[in-house]
Amino acid sequence: MARITVTVNGADHTDEVEPRLLLAHYLRDKLRLTGTHIGCDTTNCGACTVLCDGLPVKSCTMFAVQADGREIITVEGLATGGQLQPIQQGFKEEHGLQCGFCTPGMMVAATALLERNPDPSEEEIRWALSGNVCRCTGYVNIVKAVRWAAQAMQEQAAPEEPATRQPATEQAATR
Amino acid sequence: MFPAAFDYRSPAALEDVLDSLAAYGDEAKVLAGGMSLIPMMKLRFASPEVLVDLGRVPGLDAVQETPDGLRIGALVRHAELEASELLRQRYPVMAAAAPLIADPLVRNRGTLVGSLAHADPAGDWGSVMLALNAEVVARSTAGQRVIPVREFFTGPFSTVLQPTEVAVEVRVPRPSSRSGGTYLKLERKVGDFATVGVAAHLELDNERIGRAGLALTAVGGHNVVAAEAEEVLAGAEPGPEVFAEAAEAAARAADPPSDVRGSADYKRQVVRTYVRRGLARSLELAQAA
Amino acid sequence: MTTTMPGPEIHGLGHSMKRKEDDRFVRGRGTYIEDVVLPRMLHMALLRSPLAHARIASIDPSAAAELPGVVAVVTGADLAAHNLAWMPTLSGDTQAVLATDKVRFQGQEVAAVVAEDPYVARDALELIEVDYEELPAVVDPHAALRPAAPVIRDDKEGQDTNLAYTWEAGDKAAADAAFAQADVVVSLDTHYPRCHPSPMETCGCVADVNAATGKATIYMTSQAPHAHRTLFAMVAGLPEQNIQIKTVDIGGGFGNKVPIYPGYVVATAASLLLDRPVKWIEDRTENLISTGFARDYHMHGELALNRDGRMLGLRVSMVSDQGAFFADAQPSKCRAGLFHIVTGSYDLTAAHVTGRGAYTNKAPGGVAYRCSFRVTEASFLIERLVQNAAYELGIDPAELRRLNFIRPEQFPYQSATGFLYDSGNYPAALQKALDAVGYDELRREQAEGRAQGKLMGIGIASFTEVVGAGPHKDYDIAGIKMFDSAELRVHPTGKAILKIGVQTQGQGHETTFAQIVANELRIPAEDVLVQYGDTDNTPYGLGTYASRSTPTAGAATAVVSRKLLDKGRKIAAHVLECSPDDLEWQSGRFVVKGTPEQAVTIQDVAFAAYTNHPDDLEAGLEGVTYYDPPNMTYPFGTYVVVVDVDPETGVWTVRRAVAVDDCGVRINPMIVEGQLHGGLAEGYGIAAMQLITFDEQGNCIGSNFMDYLLPTSWETPRFETYAMETPSPHHPLGAKGVGESATVGSPAAYVNAVIDALTHLGVRNIDMPVTSAKVWQAIQQASP
Ligand SMILES: Cc1cc2nc3c(=O)[nH]c(=O)nc-3n(C[C@H](O)[C@H](O)[C@H](O)COP(=O)(O)OP(=O)(O)OC[C@H]3O[C@@H](n4cnc5c(N)ncnc54)[C@H](O)[C@@H]3O)c2cc1C
Ligand code: FES
Ligand code: FES
Repeated sequence: MARITVTVNGADHTDEVEPRLLLAHYLRDKLRLTGTHIGCDTTNCGACTVLCDGLPVKSCTMFAVQADGREIITVEGLATGGQLQPIQQGFKEEHGLQCGFCTPGMMVAATALLERNPDPSEEEIRWALSGNVCRCTGYVNIVKAVRWAAQAMQEQAAPEEPATRQPATEQAATR
Repeated sequence: MFPAAFDYRSPAALEDVLDSLAAYGDEAKVLAGGMSLIPMMKLRFASPEVLVDLGRVPGLDAVQETPDGLRIGALVRHAELEASELLRQRYPVMAAAAPLIADPLVRNRGTLVGSLAHADPAGDWGSVMLALNAEVVARSTAGQRVIPVREFFTGPFSTVLQPTEVAVEVRVPRPSSRSGGTYLKLERKVGDFATVGVAAHLELDNERIGRAGLALTAVGGHNVVAAEAEEVLAGAEPGPEVFAEAAEAAARAADPPSDVRGSADYKRQVVRTYVRRGLARSLELAQAA
Repeated sequence: MTTTMPGPEIHGLGHSMKRKEDDRFVRGRGTYIEDVVLPRMLHMALLRSPLAHARIASIDPSAAAELPGVVAVVTGADLAAHNLAWMPTLSGDTQAVLATDKVRFQGQEVAAVVAEDPYVARDALELIEVDYEELPAVVDPHAALRPAAPVIRDDKEGQDTNLAYTWEAGDKAAADAAFAQADVVVSLDTHYPRCHPSPMETCGCVADVNAATGKATIYMTSQAPHAHRTLFAMVAGLPEQNIQIKTVDIGGGFGNKVPIYPGYVVATAASLLLDRPVKWIEDRTENLISTGFARDYHMHGELALNRDGRMLGLRVSMVSDQGAFFADAQPSKCRAGLFHIVTGSYDLTAAHVTGRGAYTNKAPGGVAYRCSFRVTEASFLIERLVQNAAYELGIDPAELRRLNFIRPEQFPYQSATGFLYDSGNYPAALQKALDAVGYDELRREQAEGRAQGKLMGIGIASFTEVVGAGPHKDYDIAGIKMFDSAELRVHPTGKAILKIGVQTQGQGHETTFAQIVANELRIPAEDVLVQYGDTDNTPYGLGTYASRSTPTAGAATAVVSRKLLDKGRKIAAHVLECSPDDLEWQSGRFVVKGTPEQAVTIQDVAFAAYTNHPDDLEAGLEGVTYYDPPNMTYPFGTYVVVVDVDPETGVWTVRRAVAVDDCGVRINPMIVEGQLHGGLAEGYGIAAMQLITFDEQGNCIGSNFMDYLLPTSWETPRFETYAMETPSPHHPLGAKGVGESATVGSPAAYVNAVIDALTHLGVRNIDMPVTSAKVWQAIQQASP
């Protein structure tokens, strides 16, 4: 057993865990934060996406012990108080979800995208979400949902200079 | 989905990592980004008794450029390389390869050095590092050695690294100022390993090709150098003819398996096509440099 | 008593109301099967066969049983003692729950471990020792049907071959006569490959059999909870009233969650034996290698035509690969589902279709993956044949379709294989799609590009779907007729609860069905709570698959609402002291004819139903309807896909994907669009990459998401969707089902597009998935 302290959605949790306990299981079973889903065994689907120190990662492919001392945000940490965050609102407004199983992972990955790039194009959104699989929506409305959120956040923040960033290489854009 | 039990070490100093590895030998595995090792453990294709996590070792997460070239630490993630302006300007093969590896989430954890150590014949960094003539710096309690990547891979998922050794960094020699390169990958979807990958790197010497680096992904037991093709290119006048000749030579260097992705013939055809296209693109970049 | 204020937004038919279910999902507060945790709950893991075909010599569970944390190890022998080692399938066959004699496919369930912790359960699997005597694996269905093939189902008395069924439809003599007159016969052999629905959530259950109460509560991933309860009662011999199936939220189904899987049965048996709740959650590998696959039809089609392009007849023969157990989820009379809808959108007066099913050493299944019982295979075959016929005759593929469509004035149309198409306007859908894509311009570009060696193709599919089974006289599942139900209660404050026999897996029933009530009773959809998925608290129904929710339970909801309205009229008359005949229903109010100021709202009526009802009526405003559809509904549309092909590598990319869909009246257009997007993406996945295949030993290739490829946002085409509305004449709302149209129709459009790019080279077929390697190969073989 190993003793870990992880900050999850702003609160510190100290637990004794087996080293082999996956972070996804720690969040779901120990902390009962079941919004983080598990959809595959091979790190392909992204249903388990959480933010680890601000970066979106697949929590099924990290051991809880690796998260010791780190800051984790799960889907449950997106809304502040009762208020839906713009990405959550966007998914609802644009019908960006159907069964909802991929949705937490999608929203977490989209949160990280908008953090980096507040005004992403359709291609940039599709690129950033390409580690998350959805079987229901065909992605059309997921893209719209993220655009909706980007606009809502820009209106809220009224930024001076909306930054755009292209995918890292030319090749990436045509991939 | 449920890995077997193991002991976990998470040293805060490289010396302790080396001591742990010396103590446990091949019962231990180094854990870097975990993007290859953990999936294998979840499927129980791997069940190491001890995991020695590099995650808390300081000093391994830097990309540094020295006059000799790049030094990339063992904890540098794919995503960092993908975002690097420096790579885009001076190491275009790397810049082209980084975004084609796995998917954006995996790239936030997986490492270049871990990829090399993992030695998947379908891994992309291996070819890129071969084309660039990089070196792996390995440390153990016995000391340090510097291994040319061209002598590093020994077979599928095997390298010359000893179980007691940690690859601490990769060194990439600085290409000449008039150089260009690219990485082309045929994949079936984002997150797929390469059906075929080609890393091409050209350095111009006056108007002729100086050094050429050409390496192939997923067409053999490990990433392979298309040596004959490199020889065809070296010293030649760059252009479609010599590129086509190099493409043929590269196709001969490829020994791919036939599988659901395609026949060996098909994969050789892709090698041919991508070598030609990759060299043409490299030349464009070199001439623009 | 009058209301003149404009009411709140009702959100009836045609409103893109935001979904009522979304709030919990976007907060991560949905409750999926894996989220269910009960006190004293145990965890189950299944040991699966590594071999495709082998006799089990012995199983030694003792080391596993001794591992600390393990509570029990269950084998087939243990189940056999309770007569539970085998269970019936939905196609009248039997399937092993845990293998006793042989294993018949790789991944078959052999034993189960029940432990305090899922990690320990998994550890214990490695300690179970099974001694297998390997047998030759039968992988190819054609080889399986040859006399010398090893018999897979030697457990079945009298089964001395691998033939699972034979079946035919249509009129052989008429078809043969048509072929005798034909100028041209175009034929096509194609394999619609085995694929898997792969919803993002795998299957699982928490079985809680309480010895003290005798009650079995089974939380499970079920698209058909009522039917599953009945089957559980029949399989396990439990009294049906003591079984409660609860579905919680389902993370996608697509047909994957229609069958009953061994895991559910073993978990229930284990809970019964141990008197503790037992949870079983499949991992992805298990999901892919053992639960219901889809398709796997080897089809031969022949189309007879006149030189001027008039279609005369169709002949189809098919061999289906059933795997080790014939477990197609389909109406019991239909051995090959609705495959005989293969005449598609065309006025084909002579057709004959035959089929044979083969047992092979592969996983059982045959689920209708986003499909109405094999209509997907049928639609694919005819749309591919028509495209090839166009090339053969030198007629434009769009024109050939137009020439042969069932014309709008021919509806209702009796097809040669026995379907009565309800309504349609096929030429209009085609034209709309062609206009949207800019067809003529693309054809010009294609011709010019070919001269320069550019490969661009335009693929068309003008599909017709058939969805919404019953009627009861033709369709049943395991004997249970395919009606569906709705139960509606309007409470004194005017708020309503609707309970339905169907089951959402993401289709938005909580919203759409509320809108139907809103439309009929003018109670705002916000005020209607929709419940489903708990067998104790909903009326009996057959569940959601084959796009049947709206055609059946949707109709039931409209009908029950109308029943309540009839009663409401009597109550209103009582309140207003007039005759019911003097009342007019004016969107939400009963108004006394001629005196518009005398009126009551539906809310007033609801209140009166409990506080002031007439003596000759029962109190309350509540009703239930079991709706038996008079016919199925026939959604249709045209998809046009444009692809560019790299001649050197065979890589093809979708430039355009235009979809015109007509599913009759759209209740919530936003949700309908979403369904279409999803189907178009899955259609692309099937055409391009989703493949379950096997090596010669019967090892499954495609057992995880590294090998079974699902398209991501990056490669999924950017769809352009257009709507048409030709109402169904027999559905109370004019609606047809839509959940599957795009998966049914689109694969042929993608494949036709690739073929169209290569047709001048003589290429006429590439089987799915159309990989770049196959495209390159086809170019190589075709080029002079
Ligand atoms: C879904 C998915 C898709 C992927 N697609 C691609 C792809 O397209 N192309 C590609 O190249 N890769 C791909 N990968 C692999 C990914 O790039 C991994 O990150 C990489 O191969 C391993 O790096 P890591 O840091 O994660 O290593 P780990 O998983 O931590 O380790 C891998 C192996 O290397 C050893 N090791 C790691 N670091 C060291 C070290 N410093 N010294 C000694 N030994 C070490 C470990 O002991 C282990 O045996 C994919 C992975 C996933 C999950
Ligand atoms: S569960 Fe699929 S990537 Fe984590
Ligand atoms: S909404 Fe169902 S998987 Fe995305």
